[in-house]
Amino acid sequence: MTVPVIALEKVEKAFHGVPVLRGVDLALKHGETCTILGGSGSGKSVCLKHMIGLLRPDAGRVRVDGDDVTMLSEEGWVALRRNFGFVFQGAALFDSLSVLENVAYPIREHMDWPEERVRAQVASSLESVGLEGIEKLMPAELSGGMRKRVGVARAIALSPRVILYDEPTTGLDPANSRRIGGLIQKLQHELDATSVVVTHDMDLCFEISDRVALLRDGAIVLEGEASALRDRKAPELQRFLEGSEPLLPAWSDPDRNTQENESDG
Amino acid sequence: MAEADDVPPGILTRIGDRLLRSFGRVGDFVLLSLETVRAGFRRRPPGLETLRQLEEVAIRSAPLVIVTATFTGMVLALQTAFALSRFGAKPYVGSIVGLALVRELGPVLAALMVGGRVGAGYASEIGSMKVTEQVDAIRAMGADPIHKLVVPRVIATTIGLPGLTVFAILLGIVGGGIIADVQYDISNQFYAQTVTNTVRIDDFLSGVLKTFVFGWGIGMVGCWVGLRADGGTAGVGRATTEAVVISSIGVLVSDFFLTKALMLLPTEAWIQQLLGWLS
Repeated sequence: MTVPVIALEKVEKAFHGVPVLRGVDLALKHGETCTILGGSGSGKSVCLKHMIGLLRPDAGRVRVDGDDVTMLSEEGWVALRRNFGFVFQGAALFDSLSVLENVAYPIREHMDWPEERVRAQVASSLESVGLEGIEKLMPAELSGGMRKRVGVARAIALSPRVILYDEPTTGLDPANSRRIGGLIQKLQHELDATSVVVTHDMDLCFEISDRVALLRDGAIVLEGEASALRDRKAPELQRFLEGSEPLLPAWSDPDRNTQENESDG
Repeated sequence: MAEADDVPPGILTRIGDRLLRSFGRVGDFVLLSLETVRAGFRRRPPGLETLRQLEEVAIRSAPLVIVTATFTGMVLALQTAFALSRFGAKPYVGSIVGLALVRELGPVLAALMVGGRVGAGYASEIGSMKVTEQVDAIRAMGADPIHKLVVPRVIATTIGLPGLTVFAILLGIVGGGIIADVQYDISNQFYAQTVTNTVRIDDFLSGVLKTFVFGWGIGMVGCWVGLRADGGTAGVGRATTEAVVISSIGVLVSDFFLTKALMLLPTEAWIQQLLGWLS
């Protein structure tokens, strides 16, 4: 049996005494795209941040390539994160830096490349997300969709082995959401990376996923192949679809973006 | 048992909770300070960012310090001469203005100005980065936010504030000289003579050495409250206010203890020894 790229084992996490994760078990295989579904505030983003060491679990273990990294120091994580790309919900671009400097940030941090090579790599990353020639622009000059795509370009600048997407379509119109979905699939194909997508966008989920995990009450309550789950109409999934408004398909709720912007996963 | 849980906590419990939280915050600050020192020595500080921050402290804060120091020197001369005239000692206004500015007013005023302008700026800038996940983004890209954000800012305030203080002292003395001349007919030459005759190197050192500590504290406090900010834009606002309040109180309280400590040290003997070696 192959060693999972990332594994969460009975991970528990509470904030100010309020439990958010109550024993999450999830193992990610190399090269797959796994989507974590869940309602607003269900702990999806918290789950994702444990995978890259931005949060440390109160109990349970986190493994990367089989190694226990639960208690890994920040310095240890700094080296490990070279292999990760993280796409933040609000893109988290550095406001004071241009698009070029934003995308070049991880390259300059980890590589001792000459400036021409850095610029070439930035241009290539921007081309991958369909945004050629915007290097000189500042983040404030970009639309929401462009900011997200620059965030993706920055995350893939060093061709990471694992790409983590936190609500990649939140706040975007349907056309931009579809474009991001296509982009995730394209990058998956080009980089042969393992991708984890946290979302409550059902359209996106079934469009891009190999596997789906459903997070509820701080635990994974349903997990399986995306195609099988869609066909089988699992009761847990149905309950989500019927009982949780933000999980409805994109076209069904005109206020969806507003609601999602208020959620933090 | 359930009923017992519903009883609101007593005053002692609330005081205890508050004390524990305060200790926790002090612990946080100390930890961040230690990590900053470690990060500063382990890797070379980001040069360009440090220069940019130094410009923010030393150059962009200068207009504020020019106005504050000059007018403080002027009003100090006005008040001192007014008081001294009662004893017939008006010509010695330069001695008191010089000593007051060099030992206390120059350092403390410059620190309060920089704390209000730069410290608050750090808190709001880093606080905004924190609530928009930019600090997490730095970590996610395998970089250290303390090395990238805190180290250059703390270096800038620690180096920049003493420089600004020297500037403030000189301007304050000049401002005092203008009033001495225009208002009280004390010649510039005599004024300068009374200043230089009274103010010694150890007075100057006592004033300027404190500002290294003030500068370090202002930078650390601004970054610390910024990194702790949460709760969106309201949290950034709270952090900014906190930075000004903590750094102002910190400057005024630590000023007393630093002054007392520097008075206990045999700085004059050290200076004489140093001058002996140099000659």
